[in-house]
Amino acid sequence: MKLTLKIWRQAGPDAKGAMVDYPIDGISEDMSFLEMLDVLNDQLIREGQEPVAFDHDCREGICGMCSLYINGRPHGPGRHITTCQLHMRRFKDGETIYVEPWRAKAFPIVKDLVVDRSAFDRIQAAGGFISVNTGGNLVDANSIPVPKAAADKAFDAATCIGCGACVAACPNSSAMLFVSAKVSQYALLPQGRAEARTRALNMVEQMDAEGFGTCTNIGACHIECPKDISLENIARLNREYLAAEICREDEGTEKDSTY
Amino acid sequence: MSTLDPKVPDGPLEKKWDLHKEHLRLVNPANKRRIDVIVVGTGLAGASAAASLAEMGYNVKSFCYQDSARRAHSIAAQGGINAAKNYPNDGDSVYRLFYDTLKGGDYRSRESNTWRLAEVSANIIDQCVAQGVPFAREYGGLLDNRSFGGALVSRTFYARGQTGQQLLLGAYSALMRQVGKGKVQMFDRHEMLDLVVVDGKARGIIARNLVTGKIERHGAHAVLLCSGGYGNVFFLSTNAMGSNVTAAWKAHKRGAFMANPCYTQIHPTCIPVSGTHQSKLTLMSESLRNDGRIWVPKKLEDAKALQEGRKKGRDIPEEDRDYYLERRYPSFGNLVPRDVASRAAKERCDAGFGVNRTGEAVFLDFASAIERYGKMEANVHHIHNPGKEQVRELGMKVVSAKYGNLFDMYENITGDNPYEHPMMIYPAVHYTMGGLWVDYNLMSTIPGMYVLGEANFSDHGANRLGASALMQGLADGYFIIPYTIADHLAHDIRTGPIPTNTPEFDEAEKHVRGRIEQLMNVKGTLPVDHFHRELGRVMWNHCGMARNEAGLKEGIEKIRKIREDFWKNVRVPGKAEEFNQELEKAGRVADFLELGELMCVDALHRSESCGGHFREESQTAEGEALRKDDEFAYVAAWEWKGEPGKDVMHKEPLAFEVLKLSQRSYK
Repeated sequence: MKLTLKIWRQAGPDAKGAMVDYPIDGISEDMSFLEMLDVLNDQLIREGQEPVAFDHDCREGICGMCSLYINGRPHGPGRHITTCQLHMRRFKDGETIYVEPWRAKAFPIVKDLVVDRSAFDRIQAAGGFISVNTGGNLVDANSIPVPKAAADKAFDAATCIGCGACVAACPNSSAMLFVSAKVSQYALLPQGRAEARTRALNMVEQMDAEGFGTCTNIGACHIECPKDISLENIARLNREYLAAEICREDEGTEKDSTY
Repeated sequence: MSTLDPKVPDGPLEKKWDLHKEHLRLVNPANKRRIDVIVVGTGLAGASAAASLAEMGYNVKSFCYQDSARRAHSIAAQGGINAAKNYPNDGDSVYRLFYDTLKGGDYRSRESNTWRLAEVSANIIDQCVAQGVPFAREYGGLLDNRSFGGALVSRTFYARGQTGQQLLLGAYSALMRQVGKGKVQMFDRHEMLDLVVVDGKARGIIARNLVTGKIERHGAHAVLLCSGGYGNVFFLSTNAMGSNVTAAWKAHKRGAFMANPCYTQIHPTCIPVSGTHQSKLTLMSESLRNDGRIWVPKKLEDAKALQEGRKKGRDIPEEDRDYYLERRYPSFGNLVPRDVASRAAKERCDAGFGVNRTGEAVFLDFASAIERYGKMEANVHHIHNPGKEQVRELGMKVVSAKYGNLFDMYENITGDNPYEHPMMIYPAVHYTMGGLWVDYNLMSTIPGMYVLGEANFSDHGANRLGASALMQGLADGYFIIPYTIADHLAHDIRTGPIPTNTPEFDEAEKHVRGRIEQLMNVKGTLPVDHFHRELGRVMWNHCGMARNEAGLKEGIEKIRKIREDFWKNVRVPGKAEEFNQELEKAGRVADFLELGELMCVDALHRSESCGGHFREESQTAEGEALRKDDEFAYVAAWEWKGEPGKDVMHKEPLAFEVLKLSQRSYK
């Protein structure tokens, strides 16, 4: 295959960026999109130019490190796949492909196609956990049965890979799908129920502090989510949040502070 | 050569760990606050260790090269995690898990470590459930189990095909909780480039900030390496692109012995190589072998037709198929351990029976599983005399619920529908049992430096059983290091913070800067990947699934040439003091080029076959691995002597008190 790539190049966070054209030839349809970029970088290095920086690691669709806005869509054409699982057989010979980084205020650009998604880690640190220490003598795992339906739903929410496609897809750059997936996973399980409400409050507070936008129920996040995280989770987050707000005085919003 | 003392405690095997814990020194809570610990890597071992130590009160600095701790490659583990819970009432016990693991490792692991691993396995499941890990459950709400290769019981806990992801996110959530409290300081996009040793003790690391390129000094009272395995030395493997040996290798050069580096696991069920631009290989969970049947054609002319694309798998009638694992190993069938399954596939393909264009693939077929489940479903739904199509449809639903995500992944990568045609699979490099040598306390030969998870060598001998890597990573991090590290740190309660303005830190930083400068200054013409690919090809051909003396010697020569060529002709574009992915890769490949040689040297010296290490000169009449227990019942631990290829071997003899050494049989 012969292709024309139009790729966003930006030397650093404060540098001015631009789209740059790269013609490329000899691409096989069995290659993944990232392998195609490997070929491009190989050529650029041999020609003495700077290769294109992009994030990637596991290349099997699970680590969430790869990103890329391809032809106007996070992770490119096709549903339920990450960029590393996108294969060139989905493109036509002679096609022009636009490749851009995630665009969101809360995800500043590091270089070229690489963005800083550490805001997600900070949201997680604000409440995305169950406050239980490592214990040598916990209760047996089977002492609390969990209805299969709840366990399955919790699992579905827990499959979020934290890639940030939801934020990139959203016109408001909202992180509600990401946050709601985490809140839901724990809220649905008896083990996580105890702190469900304070968790919702704390995670939402951090989400707002990071500069993510608000949710206006557009649903693009769900369409572009490589793991098919459901919008139901956002409804559940809203429910948890509202209930927590109303009960604020009774239950308090104390953060766990046992050291 | 010297003999290494693993410091295994006295007492009967099943009491060792309990007695040992009672005698280990403790650090009181107020003193823990005065002690700093560095943890390199945030996979299952690293994240669980960092979180647990911070919970106990130590000040932890946690490092990973990825942009977030949540992305460590443990996340990609699919199948499950073993634990001797015996929930299914099928006769499992700590002893049986221990026995299977030791036998599966072909009697090349330390008995006491393997027992302890089996012993703490049940706690791991309790811990993870308490953290909110959504394991698969049955309709009654209790946890579900499945069977896995190399075992005759169902002891594997799982979360669909994403068990590693769920366990890692559990450990990551515990880690982030401590980050939120300020007990863990997180350094993502950082890479450890040297270990700092002061007065013979590990006292810190030199790290490169991968965003700015700045070289940083970090001091601590102890350093934990949880940096994973070195399978990427083969270039093509199921590891993540960034998985590397650099942290471990730098520690090796500072005095940590490298044990059994030649023990590599080649996983039998991976998607075959499709072309020369391939950057990595994708694993299909071993759990597929529970229901899939592996076969090649009986007749060479059928194989030829398949290779030339004139026939498809389903065109071969039942009587012309060779279910070679079921034929050779009737009692374990398709569930033999990984090393056995991989070698059997290679044997058939080498004999010309491969089923794809390259002749390097075998079928993994779900047709009979679909039919079997379809009939069961028809019964459940009271459908009498269902038609063939209806059975198929019902069966496909069951198979899809069990393995749907794996089937989708396969179709995405190959463009082939595995419900219609049998999958094609071939072995690929997956895991390294070898690693830095550690004693019973997980301490390396450098006092104060501990090694956890895949990065150490300790528990899996010469072959790891499925669903045991997750178990080991979490056992080390949650339940072993929190006890054993205190014994060492108890000496450090009055030491005070470790200063980083000492000559030792100066020297280490200078060394790191020198190496980076050297890489930047080659200014050759070829990209790093070129050399990595070359190295991978040599490793696969000379130190892969089958090894022999002549091949290994040739391999060593070839690696030396590639290394020379690398230092003359590599081109690292850009600058050192900036975000520079090629520089990261160059440093890692430079280390692989040294490790590769040591792997060949180790494989050459071990002229027996055991587990994943198959020496063609040492096999039974039936082509099975033949151990030489009189000569090789020891751990080979290599000491760095200033340059690659000059390592000196030390031995840790393996004593078996409970299990008798016997030839492994899965027939």
